[in-house]
Amino acid sequence: MAEDKQHNIGKLEDPAKRETFRNVFKRFGVVLVGTIVGQSMILSRPSRAAEALRPPGALPDLDFDSACVRCGLCVEDCPYDILKLASWADPAPQGTPYFVAREEPCRMCKDIPCAKACPTGALDRHMTDIKKADMGVAVLVDHETCLNYKGMTCSICWRVCPIRDEAITLEPIQSEKGRLLIPTVHSDTCTGCGTCEKHCVLSEAAIRVLPRELGLGLSGRNSVGRS
Amino acid sequence: MLRLGRGLYRHRWLLTRRTVQIVILLAFIVAIPGYGKIAEGNLASSLWFGELKLTDPFILLQTFFAGSTIALPALIGALIVGGFYAFLAGRLYCSWVCPINLITDLAYWLRKRLHIKGNMSLSRSLRYWVLALALALSFLGGTLAWEMINPITRFQRELVWFSFSGAMLLGALFLFDLLVSRRAWCGHLCPVGAFYGLLGRYGRLKVTATPTESCDTVGCSRCVTVCPEPHVLAPVVSKQAQSVTSGDCTRCGACLDECHEGTLSMKLDLVGMVTRKAGK
Repeated sequence: MAEDKQHNIGKLEDPAKRETFRNVFKRFGVVLVGTIVGQSMILSRPSRAAEALRPPGALPDLDFDSACVRCGLCVEDCPYDILKLASWADPAPQGTPYFVAREEPCRMCKDIPCAKACPTGALDRHMTDIKKADMGVAVLVDHETCLNYKGMTCSICWRVCPIRDEAITLEPIQSEKGRLLIPTVHSDTCTGCGTCEKHCVLSEAAIRVLPRELGLGLSGRNSVGRS
Repeated sequence: MLRLGRGLYRHRWLLTRRTVQIVILLAFIVAIPGYGKIAEGNLASSLWFGELKLTDPFILLQTFFAGSTIALPALIGALIVGGFYAFLAGRLYCSWVCPINLITDLAYWLRKRLHIKGNMSLSRSLRYWVLALALALSFLGGTLAWEMINPITRFQRELVWFSFSGAMLLGALFLFDLLVSRRAWCGHLCPVGAFYGLLGRYGRLKVTATPTESCDTVGCSRCVTVCPEPHVLAPVVSKQAQSVTSGDCTRCGACLDECHEGTLSMKLDLVGMVTRKAGK
C-alpha cells in the first residue's frame, strides 16, 4: 500500500506530466469560461421588441436569427429607406433589418425588392405576392381612445389601409352612444405593413402592428389555465 | 522627384495594399452619379456591379452551425470567395481586404512612434480557440455568435449606415492594440483571420526566397522585424524552407518592401501544386 502511494507521488511529480496536466486543465478552463460567458451573452441579448417589425417574407424569429447574415442588402434595396440595420442600442438583434411602423410603415412594393435581395433565405426571395406577407398583424389596442369608439367617424386607419375593405373593415354596432363604426382587422388578410398605425391621429396610436403571436388569440383550451 | 520615386518604390507593397483596401471600402460607400454603388451590402454578403453575389464563408458557416439551411445564392457566393482564398492564400483577406487592418496597423504604427513598450503577451493560437468558440456558441445559441462582436461588418455598418452607437468597440480594439498588447487583434484574437488562415493553408501565392548569400553576409533580419506574424519567416531565414508555407502569413508584403537584397519575392507556385499531388 505504502509502496503504491510512493509510486503515485512519483508519477505526479514527473514535471513533464505536470506540465501536460496543467495545459489540459488550462485549456478546459478557457473553453468552459468562454462558453459560459458567450452563452450568457447570447441568452441575454436583446431579442426583437414588439415594435420592431421584420421585412416581408421573413422567417419566424429564431430561424431568422440563424439565417440572416446581417449584410444589409435588403436595407439598401428598400426604395423608401424604411428598413434599418439594428445597432447595439436598437430593439432588434444586432445587424438584423427591422422597421418601426409608427415611424415609417412598409409601402408593400409589388416587386418586393427587399426580399429579392436576400442571399440567404432569411427573407423568402421567391415570394411573389406582397399581400401574402406576414410582418405582423394590426390590432386595435385601445378602445378608450379610438375616436370611432367615441362615436366620431375618424376611420383614418380604414382609409389608409393598402388592402382597404379586406384587411380593415368598418363594422357598424349599435351602442348607447348611437351607431358606431368599428375598425375591424381581419388577420387573414392583414400583412402588418403598419400604415394604419402610422396614420392614427392620436398622439399614441390606438391601432398597432404586433407580432402575430402577441396580437392574436387562438381558439381551443388553455392548457395552463383552469383545468 | 527621384527621392519621391524611391520612396514610393520602397513602399510599393504597402501602397498597393492600402489602395486595394481603400478601394474595396469605398466601393461599399461611394455612390457614383448615374451608376450607383459598385458594391452593395457589406463584407458579410455583397452584390458587386449589380451582378456578382459574394458571401463570406465564415459567416455562412456560422449560419450553418446555428441550424439554418444554406440558400443557393449565399452558397455560390461563399464558394467563389472560399475558392479564391483557398487557391491563392487565405489571409490575403486580412491584409488586402479587411478594414480593421487599417485600424490595427494604425495602432501598431502609433505604438512604434510613441515607443510604447508594455506588452501583454498572448498566445497566437488563442484565435483558433476563439474560432472554435464562435462556432460552438453559434450551434448552442442558434444565432451567429461572432456577428454579435465582429468588428469588420460593424465597421462597415457604422460607416455605411451612419449609426455610431457601436463605435465604442472599434475604439476599444484600437486602444487595446495600442496600449495593451502588440498586434493583439489581427495576430492573436481574430477568429476570421484564423478561419482564413486554415482555409488558405495550402494557398499557392507564397513569399519565396531565392537562395543568395547576401542575407548571411549582411546579417540583416529586417524582414522578420517588420513582419506582423514573424514566426512565419523563421524557417525561411534559417534556410530550412525556401518559401513561407504557414497559413498565418497574410501576404502583406511588408517583408518585400523591407528587403533590399532582392532575396524575397512573391511567387505564384503552381508547380508546387502539381508536384505535391504527384508526391502523394
